[in-house]
Amino acid sequence: MQERHQLGEEAITRELFRPLVSTPAMMWVGFIGLGAVLAIFVFAVSWMFYWGLGVTGLHRPNMWGFMIVNFVFWIGISHAGVMISAILRLTQAEWRRPVTRAAEVMTIFSLMTAMLHPVIHTGRPWRTLYWVFPYDFWRNLWPDIRGPLVWDPSAILTYLTGSTLFLYTTIIPDMALARDRTTGWRHVLYSILALGWRGNERQWKMQTIAGFLLSGLILPVFVSVHSIVSWDFAVSLVPTWHATVFAPYFVIGAIHSGVSAVVTLMALMRWLFRFENYIRLEHFDSIGRLLIAVGTGWLWFFLLDIFFAIYPQEARELEIMQFRLFDWPFNVMTALIFIFGYFIPVPIWVFQRFRRNVKIMFWTSIAVNVGMWAERYWLIKPGLMRKYEWTFDWAWYRPSIVEISIVMGSFALVGFLLLVFSKIFPPISVWEEKEGVHFAQQLQVGKRRVNAIVREF
Amino acid sequence: MAIREVLGIYKDLDSAVAAADALREAGFDRAEFEVLSNAPYPEGTFGEESGIHRLFVFPLIGACCGFAAGLLITGGTQLSFPLLTGGKPLLSIPPMIIIMYEGTMLGALIFTVLGVLFESRLPWIGKALYDTRITAGYIGILVRTAPERESLAISALRKANPEDVLTEGGSVGGTAPAAQ
Repeated sequence: MQERHQLGEEAITRELFRPLVSTPAMMWVGFIGLGAVLAIFVFAVSWMFYWGLGVTGLHRPNMWGFMIVNFVFWIGISHAGVMISAILRLTQAEWRRPVTRAAEVMTIFSLMTAMLHPVIHTGRPWRTLYWVFPYDFWRNLWPDIRGPLVWDPSAILTYLTGSTLFLYTTIIPDMALARDRTTGWRHVLYSILALGWRGNERQWKMQTIAGFLLSGLILPVFVSVHSIVSWDFAVSLVPTWHATVFAPYFVIGAIHSGVSAVVTLMALMRWLFRFENYIRLEHFDSIGRLLIAVGTGWLWFFLLDIFFAIYPQEARELEIMQFRLFDWPFNVMTALIFIFGYFIPVPIWVFQRFRRNVKIMFWTSIAVNVGMWAERYWLIKPGLMRKYEWTFDWAWYRPSIVEISIVMGSFALVGFLLLVFSKIFPPISVWEEKEGVHFAQQLQVGKRRVNAIVREF
Repeated sequence: MAIREVLGIYKDLDSAVAAADALREAGFDRAEFEVLSNAPYPEGTFGEESGIHRLFVFPLIGACCGFAAGLLITGGTQLSFPLLTGGKPLLSIPPMIIIMYEGTMLGALIFTVLGVLFESRLPWIGKALYDTRITAGYIGILVRTAPERESLAISALRKANPEDVLTEGGSVGGTAPAAQ
């Protein structure tokens, strides 16, 4: 069902370029608010660098804490962006048009934020970077490729490079449009990014094929990245981490949280930039239906993980699982994950009238990500918070204010980057919207007039 | 031989299609003109195109290069400094596959984008007639022809009621000047 308003090309350009040329009051509020939290983030990270990791709650055996949990969370968020974009392009789903650009951008900024965490988590990131880059060809000393900490950056960098190229390729025609309508530094910037795009038939043909090709290539990468992130845990011998189900479980969890984040972003864009003509109720309806399937799939894997831990009746696994399910605070967290991750949002999404209510979709998508952040903490921390054999100093993990600031700041960082992006680049693909207008038709079916899209097979 | 460019600007699709037909009727080959627009139209909207491309070769080449780089990083580094760990084989296949897979995909992605740019003839730094009205929704038909056929191109483009006709010397107007 298409509820497209009849908009002219000029109106589409004007409305979609609005964030570039005017800054609504709420955008300023966003910049200042997020900027303030970001300043706290920078201060917290600097404080940690100056005083060392002692200012965090990390200690033996809890060497992974909030920062690694947050890393996994942001990797997950980054997943659905390109996944949604790629799947919708491959299937030529008409409702992709207002969603793809924002989803792709969210992927890139989430990935960048995620990548920041393992680096700052070392406490002395300059030393880490010194040892990693450049690859040490002089002394023939190589990182051991048998360790998942080498697989991880290779997968994430592939995904980041691929996503950035994917976004750039699809943004070129809009850069030409911006080039033709701007002056000064913006004109210079857009001219460089447009690469001399003129919009001839060949260029459009390549653009269309590129959409399919890159989508087809990025999808397997997206699956591999979160699988590999899950192996950071699964190839270790820590109880409850050492599970074969982790790879698909992490991927479906990433899709659940990521698609929900796309809904959050769609609602914010609709309110902030007044994109009601583009991000329409039908889009929330469609993505809500997708979320029911994804959420239920995630619940299945969540339960599988618990079953697989209990079924072998291994003492260590059972101890940690009991700790997770029945001891404070993980018992509350288990309830939180179930309630926020599934039992509040999914039954709501079953009803179309709720799926077509932007406020409800916004708050349920936030609920999912609260649940999913808790799920990552629930997955990672209990396995570490235990006494290991032949280890005599161990204690509970309590995140410090520094780590809490870093987690809060990571949300501000992604939000701030998204706002900056939408001030420089159109947050919805203008040429794809216009393409949709070219193919929009109204058909008379019996007594009903139906909005339809002509599509070439 | 010098080539002259003439650009017709049309307000709607039907006029642009009519202009393409008029050019063909005037004896212009399809390779002599191209259609500029701000959004894609289905293939063949303006008649048959000379659309041969080799884009599909690029990801294959990229994938091969990426695979080779992955193999070099994994196998090469382990063989150049053999370090047996825990009695495990020196060349450990499962982790090698992970890195080689990522290398293959990265190579394919990078080469696909390079292929798109190459086949789209981007970046374009040469001079060509262009009008900013094209990105505003107008359709441009750009004719590249010999100087002696320039006036023929202009008259063909004018047959389809253009908004404007541009030559390298500037605008010559959408309609022919009235006879004196």
